[in-house]
Order: sequence, then structure tokens, then C-alpha cells
Amino acid sequence: MIDAAIHVEKLSKSFAGQPAVDAISFSVATGSTTALLGGNGAGKTTTISMLLGLLLPDSGTIRVLGEDMVKHRYRVLPRVNFSSPYVELPHRLSVRENLTVYGHLYGVSKLKQRIAQLAEELELIDFLDRASGRLSAGQKTRVAIAKAMLNQPELLLLDEPTASLDPDTADWVRGYFRAYQQRSGATILLASHNMAEVERLCDQVVMMKQGGIVDAGSPAQLRERYGRNDLEQVFLDIARNRRLPHGAA
Amino acid sequence: MSGSALRRVGAIMLRHLYILRGSWPRVLEMAYWPAINMTLWGFTSQFFVTHSSWVAQTGGILIGAVVLWDVMFRGNLGVALSFMEEMWSRNLGHLSVSPLRPHELMAGMLGMSLVRTTIGVLPAALLAIPMYHYSLFSMGLPLLTFWLNLMISGWAIGLGVSALVLRFGLGAESMAWVLIFALAPLAGIYYPISTLPSWLQPLAWSLPPAYVFEGMRAVMQGKGLDGHLLAGAVGLNIVYVSAAALIFLRVHHIARKRGLLLNVGE
Repeated sequence: MIDAAIHVEKLSKSFAGQPAVDAISFSVATGSTTALLGGNGAGKTTTISMLLGLLLPDSGTIRVLGEDMVKHRYRVLPRVNFSSPYVELPHRLSVRENLTVYGHLYGVSKLKQRIAQLAEELELIDFLDRASGRLSAGQKTRVAIAKAMLNQPELLLLDEPTASLDPDTADWVRGYFRAYQQRSGATILLASHNMAEVERLCDQVVMMKQGGIVDAGSPAQLRERYGRNDLEQVFLDIARNRRLPHGAA
Repeated sequence: MSGSALRRVGAIMLRHLYILRGSWPRVLEMAYWPAINMTLWGFTSQFFVTHSSWVAQTGGILIGAVVLWDVMFRGNLGVALSFMEEMWSRNLGHLSVSPLRPHELMAGMLGMSLVRTTIGVLPAALLAIPMYHYSLFSMGLPLLTFWLNLMISGWAIGLGVSALVLRFGLGAESMAWVLIFALAPLAGIYYPISTLPSWLQPLAWSLPPAYVFEGMRAVMQGKGLDGHLLAGAVGLNIVYVSAAALIFLRVHHIARKRGLLLNVGE
């Protein structure tokens, strides 16, 4: 699996005896954009947390950018970043202060220039010196993206990147990620409930349900397999056990 | 520690220094209680000087004790509050997926404790000079050894409290304020350890501050720095702070197993 930015093999995690992720295996090709798709409790966030090393698996292996994530996560973490609207940056620090702290943590060189560049790209200039806790949801998302982009990651993990954003801002954010991915060749793995977002951004989709992987393929392949016009219908078919893929027993 | 590790430790300190810079009430609060304590004990000391031959022999002994006790208390708070600040602001998740290692986070917390303790206690020590004509600094070099030893004792408690908070959540945060006071009666802050009942004395001698406060009284009584007391304090501090650091790292590992780093916050 030389070309896999992420390779997961028989990964499992239980909480209080209840399996949250159950022996899943999948790979994410380098330079691709892949979605983990599934309903609430499907195991997406648990999987992403294990990929980041925030959570230790009960069993299985995780290789990220060629390294064993359980044994050598600190070799990988400087090359990876993460963004989620549910994990906020310290409210009392200004946007500039937060980016400065994280820039130092990630060892970003020429940090002031990098922050200035991101502030321009992500349109943060007007509120760069405002406390992060006083920003709107859209502004907070842009700041979280700036933090995730500080180290120009080779692998970007996004947990519902456009949740709570208005359609215009969400579209702008998706465009930003697409442009970054094309410009840098980075790999993106995102967890999302937004089917339109997944269809627009992703090359591959991994469908999760109750901790397991129930299907995988490109959005077009999944649509064809389930005989549906869009991913939302495929998602509902899987979530409600409405039909099996064409050709399946 | 490598250059990049030092930079990450510096980043953690910078994060907390930004908070202090942006909030003068916080800085004032840090210096407020030690100054009030010192003032209270300063007047009490002045009263005792005229009514107690023991205190009269060593003017300033109570002031020295209360200021140095605050070093230990603030040393503990400096560590625990830095950690709890990360939990209150739900920042632990971001930190835990950054290249910051747990021992670097710990080092940053200890560094901030040094800063917070100095901001908190130094004004009280300076204020005692014009108010009571007593300078803690007249102890000379031994003061530095007392200061460092008490701060390290505070660090051991602060790391223990941080581990408790990480393991059991913010419900355990009051431990940062109350746990250390359980040790106060045994530390011999204001009286010699020989004052304690004989069955309690071995317990007192198992704690580093008992050695420090006995040593402080010896210095103030003109007996000089007692090497045995100093060695006792240093030795025990090495044991306790190492144990506390190992417990913190172990609990951090358990937190990664149990998913405790995922949903921390108020």
C-alpha cells in the first residue's frame, strides 16, 4: 500500500463493551479526497480520533503517511492537521494569538508571513485581533481552517467542515479545500452528513453504519450500485436497510 | 530537550502569557491573596513579638513562613490552573493532535507555575519590607533553596491534581484549592514539627515542606543552612515530583485509551 496516505486494517474500538468501531479496514489514496459517511453513532468521529492518535484502538493497525500511528504518531503529527467546528480554539485569545501559538506548536517557519498569508486567503484580516470567542460561527470556521492550514498539511482530517455555515460560506469553504488539494496534492479525509458536499469534494466514499463499513466506492459507483440519482438516497437506503446493492445476494 | 521541543514548551507558556496579558484583573488576583495573607500575618507577628519570647527572638518568622507557604500554594495552583484552563477552553483536543508531547505540555505548565508564583508572591515579599521592616531576602542564598523546594512540592501536588481532573473530569477541580491544605498541619509552617503528636511526626517528616520550614527557622535563628534538612527536602521532592509526573503521563495514556480527551470542557 505504498500509495496509501492512510491504511487501516481490522481496526476496532469499544466503549464499555459496546463496539464503536468494529474491525474496519480501508485505505485512502495519496492525493485523494475521501469521505467517511454515516449516521450518528456510525463510528466516523471515533475512526478519525484514532487516525489522529487522540484515541488508542483496542486492536488493528493504522498507518498514516507510511508510519504506524500508534507507535510513531509524533513523526506523523507535524505533517497532519485537523479541523472540526466542535473543537474550538481558546476563546480568550485573539485569532492572531491562537494562530501564533499553534504555529509554534507545528514548527511553522516565517510564522508572521504565514499568518498574514492565511489571513488574506481566508479573509480573516478584519478580525485578526479580536478574541476568538467573539466571532460568528462562520468566522470561527474560517479561523479553524486557518489553524488547520498553518503547517500546510500533507493530510487534512476534517470533521463536518461546513456544519453550521450558511450555504454561501459553506460553498466558499468547499472551494478553498478543493483548491488547496489541487495545489498541494494533499490528502483529505472528511466526515460529513452533507451529501452534496461529499459529491462535490470527494473521489471516494466509505459508508459506515454501527461501527462497520457497509460499502465503499466513488460517488458515481455508489449511485450506480444502488440505482439512485444522488448520494442522499444511497445514504437513506443504507441507513434504513431498504435495499441491497445491485448484484449483491 | 531538543530545540523544537523547547519551542513547543514555549508555545504553551506563550498561550497562557497571552491570557495574563489580556486580563489585568487576573494578574492582580494572583498578587492579591499573598499580599493580604502577608499583611494579616505581619500584624499578628507584631502582636506576638510583644507577647511571645519565641517570636520575639526571630522577628519576621511568621511573615517568612506565610510568604513561603504561598510559594508552595501558588506553585500548585500555577500547574493545576494552567491545565484546567485547557479543559475549560476545550483546547485539550487540539493540543493532543498537535506535535506537542504530554511531557512538553507538563513542562509548559511547570514553566507557567514559575511565572505565576513569582507574580503572586514577589509583591508580598517586597511589601513586607516597608510595612514590617522585614526582608525575606535577608536570608540570602538559603531563601532560593527554600523557594525552589517549596515550588517543586507545589508542582508535585499540581500535577497530581491535573491527573485527577483529567481522569475524573472538572468535578475534581476543587482539589486544586483544597488538597494542599490537608498537608498544611503537617508541614510545620508556623511551628516546629516537634509540636505535633509523636505519632504524626513521622508522617510530617515524609513531606518535603517540613524540612524546608524547619530549615527556614534555623536560618532565621542564625543557625545557618542545615545540610541535612536541605538534603531531606531535595530527596523527597525528587521522589514526589517524579511520581506525580509519571502518574500524570500514565493518566494521559489512560485518557487516550478511554476517549477522555475527546469531550473535555465545562
